[in-house]
Amino acid sequence: MPRKPSVVLDARALDRTLRRMADQIVELNAGTDNLVLVGIQRRGVQLAERIVRIIKAQEGVDISSGALDITLYRDDLQTVGPRPVVGTTQLPWTLDDQHVVIVDDVLYTGRTVRAALDELADFGRPARIALAVLIDRGGRELPIHADVIGRKVDVHPGQRVDVFIEELDGRDEVLIAARDDEA
Amino acid sequence: MPGPLGKDLLGLAPLSADQIRLVLDTAVPFREISERAIKKVPTLRGATIVNLFFEASTRTRISFEFAEKRLSADTVNVASAGSSVSKGETLVDTARNLEAMKIDMVVIRHGASGAAQFLAERIESNVINAGDGTNEHPTQGLLDILTLRNHLGDLTGRRICIVGDVLHSRVARSNIWGLTKLGAEVAVCGPRSLLPNAIGDMGVTVFDRIEEAVEWADAFNVLRLQLERMQAGYIPSLREYNRVYGVTRARLEKAPRDILILHPGPMNRGVEIDSDVADGPHSVILDQVTNGVAVRMAVLYLLAGGKPELADAAKKGGA
Repeated sequence: MPRKPSVVLDARALDRTLRRMADQIVELNAGTDNLVLVGIQRRGVQLAERIVRIIKAQEGVDISSGALDITLYRDDLQTVGPRPVVGTTQLPWTLDDQHVVIVDDVLYTGRTVRAALDELADFGRPARIALAVLIDRGGRELPIHADVIGRKVDVHPGQRVDVFIEELDGRDEVLIAARDDEA
Repeated sequence: MPGPLGKDLLGLAPLSADQIRLVLDTAVPFREISERAIKKVPTLRGATIVNLFFEASTRTRISFEFAEKRLSADTVNVASAGSSVSKGETLVDTARNLEAMKIDMVVIRHGASGAAQFLAERIESNVINAGDGTNEHPTQGLLDILTLRNHLGDLTGRRICIVGDVLHSRVARSNIWGLTKLGAEVAVCGPRSLLPNAIGDMGVTVFDRIEEAVEWADAFNVLRLQLERMQAGYIPSLREYNRVYGVTRARLEKAPRDILILHPGPMNRGVEIDSDVADGPHSVILDQVTNGVAVRMAVLYLLAGGKPELADAAKKGGA
């Protein structure tokens, strides 16, 4: 059933959603002490940086944000065809006893988050790890849930969620499109 | 399903510029893994890699072993001394026996040019050439190019001079193939007795005098003078070699620009390179060693998982 992509969030709604997520992250952490944001490559990294800027504006506090590439921890490396491109991981501080919030654009099967948890464990022992996602599209294959959710949407497996962000794509928008519709 | 480099890495001659760039780009994030407190990722968990070294090697073997272990592969080292190779077993029999123990990859160093390709065409495991005779040493070439790129940026039009015993050097050949594919200008400099006759056919400039090379180059890759060559009469004496071709501070001070200094090791200080150059501000020799582990991790990552038909491998070998 090929239909026009439907808009989940436009630029203003995305900004509003990130502001609410920033508030919820600070609330969840009961303040900004020991708070560290870790964005998952790729779009999670930029979303984490934006949330850090919002928290800075609201609370006047600088939060560290890092980048995590989970490619080398994927559970399907032996079966995927072409080797996926490996991105940069940048976690230049210890994670011991920190309150880490993983930030990603879309939560689907949960396998990316599983890989991220494994990778973070190799960087130290955080006091707590939480998960913040812009879009939760359901369809989990692992017992993983998000603590902070921007928008929950029902998307069936034949469709995909496209997140566009200014820093990488030149515009802010979240769409639901048919899977083979390579827009 | 073969990976982006095919089944094997036999040399830089069969690779395209894009494939070389892919390895270099992939090596960049792998450098960071060696900086972590826990220098290990689970990528090659369950894969078994045999390091089959028929020639002495310290740096390359250790570098491969670190790369393999940091990717969580299981590794076995086989050296020719103390193995059944010294009882006269052929290369293929050794490898087939290893394969019967269910291995995934073989890293091979061998004194005969073409040994890696010979093996790759006959076994199903991925084969990585860690140096075959005077043919190629692709991972050394890649780590040299990565180091050059880190310091010089885009290599298009940059001038790299390989200094010394080019005739016997697989490192030189891999460098020439790789660098020219990436658009760099390559020259060689050394005594005519240590330069191959047909070197001009590889698209490189030849300098007879090191002073000309100093005038021209952005970077020097200084090769080890293999000391056994002196006995064979290629050069009159080590002292004379150092006097005419040695990379010394006095010579480099005459250069119109700072020349980046690379050396694949092990160095003969005071012969092909002086200590104050090797340890000087423009030396990136230890950087090469660090990059070596990252490049080998990238190669292992890009090759692993691909298991094409044997026929494919044989076809590709001819290309």
